[in-house]
Amino acid sequence: MAELLGDMSGRSASVADVTESASLTQDQTGVGGDAPGADELVWARGLRKTFGDFTAVDGIDISVRRGEAFGFLGPNGAGKSSTMRMIGAVSPPTDGRLQILGRDPVTEGPAIRARLGVVPQTDNLDQELTVRENLLIYGRYFGIPRAEIRQRADELLDFVQLTDRANDLVEPLSGGMKRRLTIARSLINEPELLLLDEPTTGLDPQARHALWDRLFRLKQRGVTLVLTTHYMDEAEQLCDRLVVMDKGKIAAEGSPAELIGTYSTREVLELRFATGENETQAEGLADLAERIEVLPDRLLLYTDDGDAAATAVVERGLRPASVLVRRSSLEDVFLRLTGRSLVE
Amino acid sequence: MATDADRTSPPFTSVTEPRGLPRGYQAVFEGKMLNYRGNWKGSVVSSILEPVLFLAAMGISLGTLVDQGGRLNQGVDYLVFLAPGLLAATAMQTGTFESTYPIMGALKWHKTFEGILSTPVKVRDLVTGHLLFILFRLVTTLAVFLAVMAAFGALVLPVGLLALPAAVLTGLAFAAPVAAFAAWVQNDAGFAALLRFGIVPMFLFSGTFFPVDQLPGLLQPVAYATPLWHGVALTRGLALGDLDPTLAAINLTYLCALIALGVWLARRQFVKRLVL
Repeated sequence: MAELLGDMSGRSASVADVTESASLTQDQTGVGGDAPGADELVWARGLRKTFGDFTAVDGIDISVRRGEAFGFLGPNGAGKSSTMRMIGAVSPPTDGRLQILGRDPVTEGPAIRARLGVVPQTDNLDQELTVRENLLIYGRYFGIPRAEIRQRADELLDFVQLTDRANDLVEPLSGGMKRRLTIARSLINEPELLLLDEPTTGLDPQARHALWDRLFRLKQRGVTLVLTTHYMDEAEQLCDRLVVMDKGKIAAEGSPAELIGTYSTREVLELRFATGENETQAEGLADLAERIEVLPDRLLLYTDDGDAAATAVVERGLRPASVLVRRSSLEDVFLRLTGRSLVE
Repeated sequence: MATDADRTSPPFTSVTEPRGLPRGYQAVFEGKMLNYRGNWKGSVVSSILEPVLFLAAMGISLGTLVDQGGRLNQGVDYLVFLAPGLLAATAMQTGTFESTYPIMGALKWHKTFEGILSTPVKVRDLVTGHLLFILFRLVTTLAVFLAVMAAFGALVLPVGLLALPAAVLTGLAFAAPVAAFAAWVQNDAGFAALLRFGIVPMFLFSGTFFPVDQLPGLLQPVAYATPLWHGVALTRGLALGDLDPTLAAINLTYLCALIALGVWLARRQFVKRLVL
């Protein structure tokens, strides 16, 4: 990495400065948590990444413990992929402190990457090679002996259910198959930490569930997972803990249940009135919910007891066109924290 | 599926240190070779066909006319004069081509470089491994070319064999800076420009087909400054055994400096595109 970042010496020096001043602070206050614990595979404090004037990641703190499935949730452009590239020991942080597997990614990149598995946002398989050849050559990049790679490749192809396509070229494979192959490839070095950048974006429901199943198995085997997603169901399915990122900052952190508990109510009552009436009706219903959100086509009443609220609405003589009581989801949290407006 | 559970933990939970960092450039070279295995036949055919066509058309047919004119000051047949020039020019083309689309493809279209950099392989390994593969391509292609030259009686043996390393060096002097160029331009329109304003004019005017002193006086310094002229001069000098040591030292230094500069620029540009 030192060579790789030949012209980055100025930058890494500034990281060192930060480290020094931070440890001074610790000496003065005696507060702990200034260095990663033994089981913290990813540890970041005040992590920043800028590209020219644009700040992609704006001072975030992260801790991912061994065996955990940790998620970055956020809209496009929230800084998730930039964070992943820094955790992957590819892109050097602009500022802040970062340790991966207890090592400094700026100076020990290759040693860190030897123990990581990376599933990028867009598949970067070698299209001109066969499925198996993709695994064989990728293992070589890790310096693994050929005989060992062959054995692992067979196991991994079995694991991702691609054994019968082993000798086919990659190019004609379906999106789901390519994704599974990319996951198999990321496991060729038996990584301790697996980074997945939007693992199921663009896949059909069957392929997504097949992929989740494989990831769940990996987690059971003790592989630590770090993933980004903008799918709430994916986050709820896979993540023990997650952070919601927005505009380069962490907007919230916790388990899916904790986040729902903190940022939403237990249930949501959705009411649909005639066109144009939603806004006027909202005023009269404010007392029935902790929070009301007015959307162009419906009202969302955040409350712990949706049925009771629905009954109260009817008792007030209102006749909405449709009434729906549902449990609060991560999606409600997500939209509350990151807003409903489109981010491009 | 029971087998999934059976082969679970040991490898996946072990906390082993990496087993000594791998020689990344070797793996990159291996990867390129694995890709090449799929299309080596086509490249062999063209590496035989091209010298045959050029030597027959230019060397023999055109050469007969030239030899009648008798203006060539090297005192050899035009075919013998032309062949080492074409050898160096072929090296230029091979080195250039292998550094254009393959680099842009791996960098931008298929993003295979990004995948490789997620492993312990470093940017400098990518550049080195890539150039090693081009070295392989140059040696094989130019060896075939030499064999064709011998078949045409255009090779002075054994001294002419020394032309091979000189031509290989010429090819690398293009491959390295063009790799940097390929990582610098945003799309393949840049390659068309490179071909039109760089490679083709050099091919025509840098001494491959006629001595540069035949050019109008103003253009001569331009031709002498091109990398192909240095490659042709060195290759031809060795092939014909009439090397001027001083000039050869200048040619050699020029070509080596260009390779070094190219490697440096390529690493820099790869870092910009892939890492930052």
